Amino acid sequence: MLRFLLTRLTLIVPTFLGVTLLTFAMIRLIPGDPILLIFGERNVEESVYNQMKADLGLDKPILVQYAYYLGDLAHGKFGTSIITRTPVLSEFLSLFPATVELSLTAITLAVLIGLPAGIIAAVRRNSVFDHTVMGASLTGYSMPIFWWGLLLILLFSVTLGWTPVSGRMAVKYFVEPVTGFVLLDAAMAGEWGAFRSALQHLILPAAALGTIPLAVIARMTRSSMLEVLNEDYIRTARAKGLPPWRVVGLHALRNALIPVITVIGLQVGALLSGAILTETIFSWPGIGKWLIESIRRRDYPVVQGGVLLAASIVMLVNLTVDVMYGLINPRIRKGR
Amino acid sequence: MKTLSGLATLGVAVALGIASPAVAKTLVYCSEGSPEGFNPAFYTAGTTFDASGRTLYNRLTEFERGTTKVIPGLAESWSVSEDGTVYTFKLRKGVKWHGSKTFTAKRDFNADDVIFTFERAWKPEHPFHKVSAGKYPYFDDMGMPKLLKSIKKTDDYTVVFELNAPEAPFIANMAMDFASIQSAEYAEAMMKAGTPEKLDLEPIGTGPFYLVSYQKDAVIRYKAHPNYWGGKAKIDDLVFSITPDASVRWAKVKAGECHVMPYPNPADLEAMRKDPSINLMSQEGLNIGYWAFNTEKKPFDDKRVRQAMNYAVNKQAIIDAVYLGAGKLAKNPIPPTIWSYNDDVKDYPYDPAKAKELLAAAGLGSGFETDIWAMPVQRPYNPNAKRMAEMIQADLDKVGVKAKIVTYEWAEYLKRARAGEQQTILLGWTGDNGDPDNFLNVLLGCDAAKTSSSRWCFKPYDDLMQQARKTSDVNKRTELYKKAQVIFKEEAPWFTVAHSIQYKPVRKEVIDFKLHPFGGHLFYGVDIKE
Repeated sequence: MLRFLLTRLTLIVPTFLGVTLLTFAMIRLIPGDPILLIFGERNVEESVYNQMKADLGLDKPILVQYAYYLGDLAHGKFGTSIITRTPVLSEFLSLFPATVELSLTAITLAVLIGLPAGIIAAVRRNSVFDHTVMGASLTGYSMPIFWWGLLLILLFSVTLGWTPVSGRMAVKYFVEPVTGFVLLDAAMAGEWGAFRSALQHLILPAAALGTIPLAVIARMTRSSMLEVLNEDYIRTARAKGLPPWRVVGLHALRNALIPVITVIGLQVGALLSGAILTETIFSWPGIGKWLIESIRRRDYPVVQGGVLLAASIVMLVNLTVDVMYGLINPRIRKGR
Repeated sequence: MKTLSGLATLGVAVALGIASPAVAKTLVYCSEGSPEGFNPAFYTAGTTFDASGRTLYNRLTEFERGTTKVIPGLAESWSVSEDGTVYTFKLRKGVKWHGSKTFTAKRDFNADDVIFTFERAWKPEHPFHKVSAGKYPYFDDMGMPKLLKSIKKTDDYTVVFELNAPEAPFIANMAMDFASIQSAEYAEAMMKAGTPEKLDLEPIGTGPFYLVSYQKDAVIRYKAHPNYWGGKAKIDDLVFSITPDASVRWAKVKAGECHVMPYPNPADLEAMRKDPSINLMSQEGLNIGYWAFNTEKKPFDDKRVRQAMNYAVNKQAIIDAVYLGAGKLAKNPIPPTIWSYNDDVKDYPYDPAKAKELLAAAGLGSGFETDIWAMPVQRPYNPNAKRMAEMIQADLDKVGVKAKIVTYEWAEYLKRARAGEQQTILLGWTGDNGDPDNFLNVLLGCDAAKTSSSRWCFKPYDDLMQQARKTSDVNKRTELYKKAQVIFKEEAPWFTVAHSIQYKPVRKEVIDFKLHPFGGHLFYGVDIKE
């Protein structure tokens, strides 16, 4: 087991370096100069421009800049935003809880709806329900989040007035951020009005972000269930005269869940990239919106640091999934 | 005992109920983005100024709400020397600073604060110059480092600015956000505490509102400054709900989640007009969208060719198709809202025959090939540069000129334009201080020609600019600028397209919200129906 863990950990190092190189190179390959963007249509004096460039370290050869960047990373320094002049790490930490809160709610919604829908669709194969679920999940999977989010806002917030349009909480509430998770903060402060408001604000963005994972989970559950339901041991269980719910709920579901759990783990990356669009539409103050804005402003340190931090989290989650999988399934651990 | 304390509580509650208004008046503004920070001297974006300079701070002079008129601010009055190089400001007394958990001001605003603010931006050796990685792009761009000779106080409430050369727009410059006055006392206290950057991160100003909290990308909360020198604001709480998407902002206004929003989608305007709960306000913006000819490149070094271009393009069609009516035909490089606008200038009519004639006279009877640069982004002065370029291209084709449309990513576009790679280019400008110099000289003077989009340096025009800078007599300046506009039209370095109109949907319960000609959003003086 230890060897397995060590191998997985060593693989992290090149991936991590690869991400630093890619983000560093890509943001610089996009044309555009952060200093000129600050000035816009305005004229900038040569001397002022050169001074700013030197202050930001952008006057050095590109490889030297990269070496400095890696050196800073080795010291745990993620750099400072060119625009806001605050450390990237502290900005990330202040915004990341919002993304986590949104993603967790989205994936919870997706599992709570997708799993039962997939199971029922498998059990009642070729029924109207099956076709509806599969049709809906195909639509959901192909839906552009951007458009879908706006559609949800138009229907539920503007026309029906059931949910707020955007933001994390109604402006009349103010909860001092402690954990950064507004639901948790509101509950800890005993502000139930704020808690309810935060929950209402979460529904639409979570639904928009959860749509694709929901579709994936429903389809995966269905096909995995169908496979398992044809196995000999299910026939045996049925032949033993077990009630149908026991056959489906215990014997089939348990075995069908293994690939589904892997898929759920893989959705973490998808959730982070989906969050970028969802957060922009719903004015959700998470890292997605933050990254988009910094790409637009060519805020090199934020793009580099932000993507690296987000990528590290995806790597960490994948590592955890791998390790857990290894724990559950000896075939993987032993590398057979 | 229980009854007694119960009665006491009731008594206190009743007393409080009478002493304070039942509900705090809250105005919610759906802003378009997060501010870059809270020290306006570091930045150039309007979004940042709305959240910092215009709410938290004051300047020596101020723009009157809704106009470009300069009125007294932290300076009650000022005088200018004969030669226009010495400005003496008499400062307002009894101006109180905001307070915070970490700082309570021991003294009122005075001359030391003015000197601190300007020397910080001006002198690289100033202890606060490099604090917060300080850069002062606006201060530099307005030519302040070269202009200032000395800033001295003669007493606690008199400050004297000595300039190296006369600069007529100086009083208007002092009303700009970059000149927002910070507290020297707060700076000193933070330096002593070893946290000088708090000066910029936890702002203390003299402005009508003070900062309560800021959650990046989510919300900014302000409260009315109770001791504001101009009297407490009519609203108690001001909230900026940060909402980058224009359609979502509009949905929030409709749902009553916010009261005012900037930058609506042109496509939503019709619905806004029809909505009974919305007052759609509009005003000509302080801007100009233009199509410039690179006068350093052939054939645009020939005045006749530039004039021919002016005759060849149907301007009204562009206003209708690109601005969807939200634009006003531009004939001068300054908008009509700025003083000295010369209404006698005759614009070139749409006349393709005349254009051909001029081209033939210039030896280009068989036409020529050129480029039209079109911005990749929407700007306040040009909602759709690509479409505009296509229309110009079609019009040019009719007079035998083959133009290809060129575009780059925005920052790259600006960089290449500054280097003068273009033959013709679409660009524009939004004014800073309402002074004609800020358009006519900043964009078209010889100082700007090295990097300007037309690279036009015409001595007779530039002489007028320099003369106008040297006098503070408004009548004399008006005359000089009017003459300059005539020369501009004749020489035709640009095809002036339009001054775009800014729209703001405001909910009906908002009272006395005024559009700011510079495009900013000011909430002092605004009230709300309960």
